[in-house]
Amino acid sequence: MKPTILVVIEQRGEIKRASLEALGAAQRLRSEIGTATIAAVLVGADLSSCSAALKTAGAETIHVFEHPDLKHYSTETYGDVVAKVAKELDTGLILIAATTQGRDLAAAISVRLDSAYAADCTALRYDPAVKAVIATRPIYAGKGIASVTAAADPLVCSLRPNMFEVAVRAGKEATVKNHVPELPPSALRAVVTALTAAKAGMKDVSEADIVVAGGRGLGNPENFKLLEDLALVLGGAVGASRAVVDLGWRPHAEQVGQTGKVVAPKLYIACGISGAIQHLAGMRTSKVIVAINKDPDAPIFKHATYGIVGDALSILPALTAALKTALAH
Amino acid sequence: MNVICCIARVPDTSTRIKIAQDGKSPDLTGAQFIVNPYDEFALEEAIKFKEAKGGECIVVYVGAADFQKDIRQCLAKGADKAISVQAEGALGPQGIAHLIADQVRPFLPAMVFCGKQSVDGDVGATGVMLAHVLGMPVISKASTFEVLGDKVKATREIEGGVETIESPIPCVVTAEKGLNEPRRAGLKEIMAAKNKPLTVVKATARPAKLSIQKFELPPERPAGRIIGEGLEAVSTLVGLLRSEAKVI
Repeated sequence: MKPTILVVIEQRGEIKRASLEALGAAQRLRSEIGTATIAAVLVGADLSSCSAALKTAGAETIHVFEHPDLKHYSTETYGDVVAKVAKELDTGLILIAATTQGRDLAAAISVRLDSAYAADCTALRYDPAVKAVIATRPIYAGKGIASVTAAADPLVCSLRPNMFEVAVRAGKEATVKNHVPELPPSALRAVVTALTAAKAGMKDVSEADIVVAGGRGLGNPENFKLLEDLALVLGGAVGASRAVVDLGWRPHAEQVGQTGKVVAPKLYIACGISGAIQHLAGMRTSKVIVAINKDPDAPIFKHATYGIVGDALSILPALTAALKTALAH
Repeated sequence: MNVICCIARVPDTSTRIKIAQDGKSPDLTGAQFIVNPYDEFALEEAIKFKEAKGGECIVVYVGAADFQKDIRQCLAKGADKAISVQAEGALGPQGIAHLIADQVRPFLPAMVFCGKQSVDGDVGATGVMLAHVLGMPVISKASTFEVLGDKVKATREIEGGVETIESPIPCVVTAEKGLNEPRRAGLKEIMAAKNKPLTVVKATARPAKLSIQKFELPPERPAGRIIGEGLEAVSTLVGLLRSEAKVI
């Protein structure tokens, strides 16, 4: 494998934790490989604070591409910039967080490099016998797990958030290389023109450490207030089954499952959710699963770490109160 | 301006996945195959575009043979013609993108719609790669889409919010669930679709760049337990979450 591991950093003013997880994955692979150079690439505008924050984040070198035209994400310009630096750096492996933006950018980088692309990886390891990285990724919505490898360098991997440990801080500061990106005026075509932040205080379901999700069993959309209260106490996000999204009770952004988001929080509390295969596909790798359902035969109980048989509508307020007390101590 | 819609053939989402003898691929015997669900939203948007702007709507399919019925359904819903590229073997997103591009070039300039990802491979790269191969801009995972003269505007969900993306046309757009409400074809349209052109092309794809070393079922979770009923179980749960699971 070629000696450089290139980690693509995502930022919107602040560096995404999932990018630090990708740096962590690079560090661990380096110790398996024996030796490698970890380089980070940062693209955007007004990058001085991100660049400073990255100095001890775990890369040896940080390549910064700063330009006003790069202020907002555009698949083509970001793809061109990263592919170019990857070519210049003798790159064996490119790691990027599998966020909405990251998955696009990973595909854009691979096609420009004519390279293999392993999407949404949940694990990476180096196999010394073949001197290559083996990536583990879920397919069929997680009903199957594939271990994949590429015949040629570089391999591009997008990494599922919450599956890799954040990088260990480096003792030594990285070298920062500031580049002037070449951006022909015709390059800016499909561009992000606005970003509306979600409700303040509520985390995105795919980034939260704790998810409280509700299904049809909650009866009506107003009852989701009970979930929101619990999520607030736990500092988590609200999730939803497909059924309640299709009914219009909750937005698609909260949907967990095969045609929604796949999440892996440390705690997933499923209320009034029966546990259809398609929903399980979206949360089955959560560390701890709690199920609250009136029906003792609901399939969700087979997959839950802890189950409570009962009416979520009465249990939720009690649980919220009990957790509020417990967390205060 | 013409409009292209790319479709994929996938096992339906309730399929139980089994491992093949070689331990490197899924055994899909007995699976029902359908049009990739996200491609239905792409097709609807493509037909709407054609209805608003004129031009031809061409469906392009790449995959195994034995999908004629489903391609005809796409014609029934409103596409004008279809091209079925029959390519055998392991297909990766780049290989598929090149096969689609080869078929689509005679129809350019054209808008191109695809689903955001296929529910078997779950890679979500073909649309972005196709855009690069065709030299077109790309908007992916569009939840809303509107045409504004010679530009299009779409929104998509990202972590923590919603992005608005604008692009000149033509461009490639990949569809998120809920982009629109896919129409059903009526009997009259189904009958008319029998006469719409469906061209079958055999092609050899570039070899997939990733090889599967092993294909397994996901590990079973350790068995859990029902810890109680009703309100009495609440304090038990809080205790377990703290002391046993250590998640709070």
